[in-house]
Amino acid sequence: MSSLLVLAIVVAVGLVAFFIGRQRAAAQDNGKVKPHSRAHYHGWWAFLLAVLPALLLLAVWAVGSSVYLDRHIHAALPERTVDSKVASEALDVSLVKSLARGLRKLDAGTLAAMPASFAELQPLLAAKGVALASDTQDYMIPIAVEANKVQDRLGLFGAIVILASSIAGAFYALRQIAPRARARNNVERLMLWGLLAASTIAILTTIGIVLSMLFQTITFFESVSPMSFFFGTVWDPRFAAAGSGGSQGQFGLIPLLAGTLYIAAVALLVAVPVGLMSAVYMAEYATPKVRSVVKPALELLAGIPTIVYGIFAVVTLGPFLRDLSAALTGGSPFIQGQSIFTAGLVMGVMLIPVVSSLSDDIITAVPRAMRDGSLGLGATRSETIKRVILPAALPGIVGAILLTASRAIGETMIVVLAAGVAANLTINPFEAMTTITVKIVNQLTGDLEFNSPQTLVAFALGLTLFALTLVMNIVALYIVRKYREQYE
Amino acid sequence: MTDIPMDTMVRAAAHPRRDIGLKARYAAERRFRIYGVVAISVGLAFLAIMLITIVSKGYTAFWQTTVSLPITFDEKVIDPSGKRATDPSVLIKANYPKLAENALVAKLGISPDDKPAIKQLKGFLSEGARVQLRDIVAADPSVIGTTRDVNILAAANLDSAFKGQIDLSVEEARRKVSDQQITWMNKLKAEGVMAEHFNSGLFTYGASSRPETSGMGVAIIGSFYMMVIVLLLALPIGVAASIYLEEFAKKNRFTDLIEVNINNLAAVPSIVFGLLGLAVFINFLGMPRSAAFVGGLVLTLMTLPTIIIATRAALAAVPPSIRSAALGLGASKMQMVFQHILPLAAPGILTGTIIGLARALGETAPLLLIGMVAFVADPPTTPFDPATALPVQIYMWANEAERAFVERMSGAIIILLVFLMAMNITAIVLRRRFERRW
Repeated sequence: MSSLLVLAIVVAVGLVAFFIGRQRAAAQDNGKVKPHSRAHYHGWWAFLLAVLPALLLLAVWAVGSSVYLDRHIHAALPERTVDSKVASEALDVSLVKSLARGLRKLDAGTLAAMPASFAELQPLLAAKGVALASDTQDYMIPIAVEANKVQDRLGLFGAIVILASSIAGAFYALRQIAPRARARNNVERLMLWGLLAASTIAILTTIGIVLSMLFQTITFFESVSPMSFFFGTVWDPRFAAAGSGGSQGQFGLIPLLAGTLYIAAVALLVAVPVGLMSAVYMAEYATPKVRSVVKPALELLAGIPTIVYGIFAVVTLGPFLRDLSAALTGGSPFIQGQSIFTAGLVMGVMLIPVVSSLSDDIITAVPRAMRDGSLGLGATRSETIKRVILPAALPGIVGAILLTASRAIGETMIVVLAAGVAANLTINPFEAMTTITVKIVNQLTGDLEFNSPQTLVAFALGLTLFALTLVMNIVALYIVRKYREQYE
Repeated sequence: MTDIPMDTMVRAAAHPRRDIGLKARYAAERRFRIYGVVAISVGLAFLAIMLITIVSKGYTAFWQTTVSLPITFDEKVIDPSGKRATDPSVLIKANYPKLAENALVAKLGISPDDKPAIKQLKGFLSEGARVQLRDIVAADPSVIGTTRDVNILAAANLDSAFKGQIDLSVEEARRKVSDQQITWMNKLKAEGVMAEHFNSGLFTYGASSRPETSGMGVAIIGSFYMMVIVLLLALPIGVAASIYLEEFAKKNRFTDLIEVNINNLAAVPSIVFGLLGLAVFINFLGMPRSAAFVGGLVLTLMTLPTIIIATRAALAAVPPSIRSAALGLGASKMQMVFQHILPLAAPGILTGTIIGLARALGETAPLLLIGMVAFVADPPTTPFDPATALPVQIYMWANEAERAFVERMSGAIIILLVFLMAMNITAIVLRRRFERRW
């Protein structure tokens, strides 16, 4: 029986238990004893007892039976000879499993007259839309048939156990129903656990990010030394097609890191002055009417996806700047179509609303009294801003700039389209340079062998990026928090 | 002796005001103001330029040139050997473009022996005619032997020429349409046979190597699946997490850790979530590549912090008096939260959710890593089938060289921006409408 069907039956049992429980609890309320919980809490308690343990069992059973099946197939496979064509035992097992999955699509008649060789089987399966790896061997067919039988048996047995536990839970809850039974407390305790579980997902995500990248990075460092990764100045990973076995390339982080920081610096040079000045103007000068128009417009700028900025950079701005520079020199352009300058400029514009909304919050958090004091002493508005408000808001603004910088470093689509893919080391802002994020995308799109250093390096790059932004974020959040507390 | 102080007093009163640099200070004030105006104008001007260039490049994508031809479903072309009763594959493999070509030859009055002219005709109609005519025959085989009017797509180059996007002053060898084709085009246009129609294919077709038959159908379905998954997962989990942190959690190390975590996750680069999806969902858990389901999970993890932060702010904005009143009337804490606080915080939660969804809809980078950059021609029927997403489709078209793809790409951007703007405006309206100051 498929687990989806089992799930549906379990939920149905739970629903029946809910209605019976509610009905019973309502019937028991004869006005003599004051009931502890309202009727629907009894219903929910019955539902939860019927469904939750069964779901847990279902999960355990699904994982357990797949592990058992793996072992079963593993044991059934013949002893491997050294000169076997297939690369590893794990691959053998997965071949048998995909074969077994494919066999499920065949009808009973075909299964009864099962051909013994894979060459005969393949067209039958292909007719059902099942594509199998060509290195599937003949001896795998009986193993796959056997595996399907074992799986069926396991599934049936598991379904019976799960349904039994569901019905038992429902009965137990329904028997407990009494006017003074504390059904509400039971339900609420479970709800609290549910809420707690939901809030741990954030932690699980972080752990998942760190662990997944860490394991791949460690594997990567087995073939490339950390020294040559972190301090290498040449990025030349070479292409490793699937199955070719890794050819050795050079994985130097320095050119990528330099490009990332260079582009981020150009972006910040655009975004920080413009964003800060617009925030100051909006907070201190703009009339409410102007604000009500300009603020949503700036928010609109923030709502545009980065891919659109990237396309604008590569389709419109890049060619325009190239032609402009060609016209200026009257010959060859000194700005390339894809350049640090173009990417940084567009990214800077993307970051303007980020800077302005962060600093807007910070500027308005400066207490009114400081502003009034300065204005009362005869300072002009701009003097108040420059000498009183900005110094007072400085820590917060530094935090905001750090947060913006971390956005700039992690930005992907703009640089993928506008910065170029060649890992140069240059100081000319009008040439192309590449970034960490671009290389992550480059290394992981296309058909690459997963365990080659060429692919794994993406995870090492990702971990570097994560660590870099993590430090910036934590410092920034700490500063912003401290700053807020100061004036609260 | 008395007149001396008198004298100084008079002189002091008449003394011109001490120069405290007011002029310069006021000038500085004006300059500062101008900087502010300039800064805002730069931002808005960039926004305007960007939108104008995209719209001016893309609005033509919503129209597509078609040629209305009386197609004769000639048995001699479709089934020359008369085997279709026994072998249905004949109807699939038949030379359908020939039917369209014959109709066009007849329409333009070209002699069937004029080989060079017929060769030029080959590039006139879209290769999509094959599928279009095949579908007509497959739906109703009795059409064979009859004639009916069919709207056939013009080829991408002719479409561009028809829209006036090809510079005809360039010499013939260096442009993609020949003078002969232009003459035919003008003739058909004058007869009203060749005309622009609303491009519904842009919304229904899947990936294709020919611009005129490629569309965003697969991408729209993929994006829709992902948004549903994000909504179904991120909203309940995010609200539950916020309720726990805001209403139940005691202030201790553990909740501090969760809090720092959530704030940090909100600022983690989106591409890192793509790496997580690739390593955990695809490689470790063995989920299918390119599937909308995996994309939805990745986007859920990415959207969760946004929703949690917005929800917590909305919960915190409900005044304590409501809590006290509910508790005072005998509600349990759980009842207080779910029956009193949550309904009052709902508008804020909804706004945060819509903004989070809008961000997820425009996100590209993590989807590239989980293999959604795929050539998917058939619309996915379940979230586990290969699919693409709107921004990914835009990215793929951006990598195509042909001019017609740039047009499609800009059209797709317009559609994406319309979706996003609708979502953001809904969020703003909701906020204005239901915002309550306590």
